[in-house]
Amino acid sequence: MIPGAPTGDTLLERAPVLLRDWLVGFLPGPARWAAGSLLMIVAILAVFGTLFAFLTLAERKILARVQNRPGPNRTGWFGLLQPFADGVKMLTKEDIVPRAADPVLHFLAPVALIAFSLLTFAVIPYGRHLVPVDLDSSILYFFAAGTATELAVFMAGWASHNKFALLAAMRALAQLISYELPLLLSVVPVVLATGTLSATGVVAAQSGWKWDLVPRWVVFTPWGAAGFVIFMISALAESNRSPFDLPEAESELIAGHLTEYSGFKYALFFMAEYFGMCALSGMAVTLFLGGWHAPLPLLEFIPSYVWFAVKLLALLLGFIWIRATLPRLRIDQLTRLAWKFLVPLALVNLATAAFWSLSAPWPGPLQLLRWAVALGLVAGPFLLLSRGLTAGLRPRVYRYA
Amino acid sequence: MNAVLILIALVTVGAAILAMSRRNLLHSVLLFAGSWAGVGAFFLWAGAEFAAFAQVLVYVGAISMVVLFAVLLTRRSREDLAPGPVSRSRAISAVLAGIAVAAVLLAAVAGTPLAVSAGPAPAVSVRQIGGELMGPHAAALLVVGVLLTVALLGAVVLAAGDRPENPEDAP
Amino acid sequence: MNPLQLCLVFSSLLFAVGLAGALARNNGILVLLGLELMLNAANLNFIAFWRFHPGAAPATGVIFVIFAIAVTAAETAVGLALVIALYRHQQNIRLSEANRLKG
Repeated sequence: MIPGAPTGDTLLERAPVLLRDWLVGFLPGPARWAAGSLLMIVAILAVFGTLFAFLTLAERKILARVQNRPGPNRTGWFGLLQPFADGVKMLTKEDIVPRAADPVLHFLAPVALIAFSLLTFAVIPYGRHLVPVDLDSSILYFFAAGTATELAVFMAGWASHNKFALLAAMRALAQLISYELPLLLSVVPVVLATGTLSATGVVAAQSGWKWDLVPRWVVFTPWGAAGFVIFMISALAESNRSPFDLPEAESELIAGHLTEYSGFKYALFFMAEYFGMCALSGMAVTLFLGGWHAPLPLLEFIPSYVWFAVKLLALLLGFIWIRATLPRLRIDQLTRLAWKFLVPLALVNLATAAFWSLSAPWPGPLQLLRWAVALGLVAGPFLLLSRGLTAGLRPRVYRYA
Repeated sequence: MNAVLILIALVTVGAAILAMSRRNLLHSVLLFAGSWAGVGAFFLWAGAEFAAFAQVLVYVGAISMVVLFAVLLTRRSREDLAPGPVSRSRAISAVLAGIAVAAVLLAAVAGTPLAVSAGPAPAVSVRQIGGELMGPHAAALLVVGVLLTVALLGAVVLAAGDRPENPEDAP
Repeated sequence: MNPLQLCLVFSSLLFAVGLAGALARNNGILVLLGLELMLNAANLNFIAFWRFHPGAAPATGVIFVIFAIAVTAAETAVGLALVIALYRHQQNIRLSEANRLKG
């Protein structure tokens, strides 16, 4: 039971847990815990694997419609069998390993990447009773597993024995390290406000409605909205999505650190990217959008995992929309955005959240002052920093030999 | 429970020995990352979750990156990444020194009557850790913050050197 | 051999491996990583005693380890910056060649 969870403990909510307990009940006592964990792992792999498959199709269709073309529509109705066709293609391609490449590292890189990406799924609360592992410091665990994926990116670039792949791997690493900071700094105010590092605790702290209408989600506070935006931008960069997809763009250093990978290993890299996207979106839903809570009290009859799925899909569609709309950033623009814009904003956001927490007990009319000050603290630095970001830039002067 | 401990110990010490003896510098660094993850696993076994995740986050996630960048920035050719030992005698005497230190430490451990409090792992919540950090240990926390800032600024100054900036590099 | 002694044996072996490596290798980065191993072994000791002898304030052991990790991270950054500066000076990082006082 998650402490602080309000009413709504219906049979539909408990259905997955009851199913798991029934299946595990066929086994003797000592094996039950292991079998239960195995079932949860299989469920996560199945759900997010299918989500990955249809997300690739959705991305291609949405990108296509934005660009005024139909997208894949030949394989099955509306192209619904396209992911399976892609899977067959990837599996049957020849797996080329360069002769001078480091065979152990070349093989281990995609494996390590997928392993650490999947580890992050273990602590996200998917529903009222659906968190695979409930740790006291699960948010820290999530980011620890996420940073370990960067090692695999480097392994891929180095093991390929290709100067361009190595250069691209260093660039990818620089991007990933630069955006770790705003990612973590935008989460700290949420931890400060809710007082717990556990994901289920953060979701429980966002329960209830103000005046029975407005949910108490973090995103509906000034610092929460700013933190959410910073988190989403950093999540875009952390999962190498457009407009931060410099590491894997075809026009940049061939294919970046993935140049020497073909067939199933290439597919594994993309699976890891989509898994990272899904995991970061899941964490964004948990931390900022109220997790599995319904937005209105009268909509609580819909099960919690459905609400989680709706919010997750909304964020993923946002990712795809941004990809369709914005052009790619250069590496220096990217790093400048991280260090000179997002990090100071995230630090100011932390101060705003602290002010918000301390001014919570202010009486009636002073609450308006609280909102005004908080909005000023959010908007002011944003305007000043964005001016400073584009200030000293002048057109590049090229000198020819 | 001892079996899990012995497994973690074997993996960690094995990775450390391999890392120290490999000729390939990058393989060494990655094996070190493995042994740090092993230490993190030991922390998890002992029930110190917060310390385990902090260990993985800082060591495997950050320090290994810094070491990898340093490795790649301090080489001129691919051969520089295969450092050989100085001389056989130095390697042997270093191993003997290690064995001697290990022998002394193991004798001390085996000889001391160490009582074990038979209870489960102490349940320390993150809230408790935070409260103690900001309460009794607040001064140490501030000092560590200043230390980290100063150390990293110093590292940047040391590593950057004093090269004159190429005017073509300006944005 | 009770579990605490096993943990201490583990950390002693790790310390010895780090020491032997730091003494034997000629590459600046590997010597620094040997130092890292020794510091990790010390952290292992802290957690081993925290687990089996928590004492009155159980959070102290974990806090000590957190501070040790933070300080080690700072020291590693400075050490690697020194290695980079050494490389700039002598174009390799062989410590056997860094034996002159004249800069």
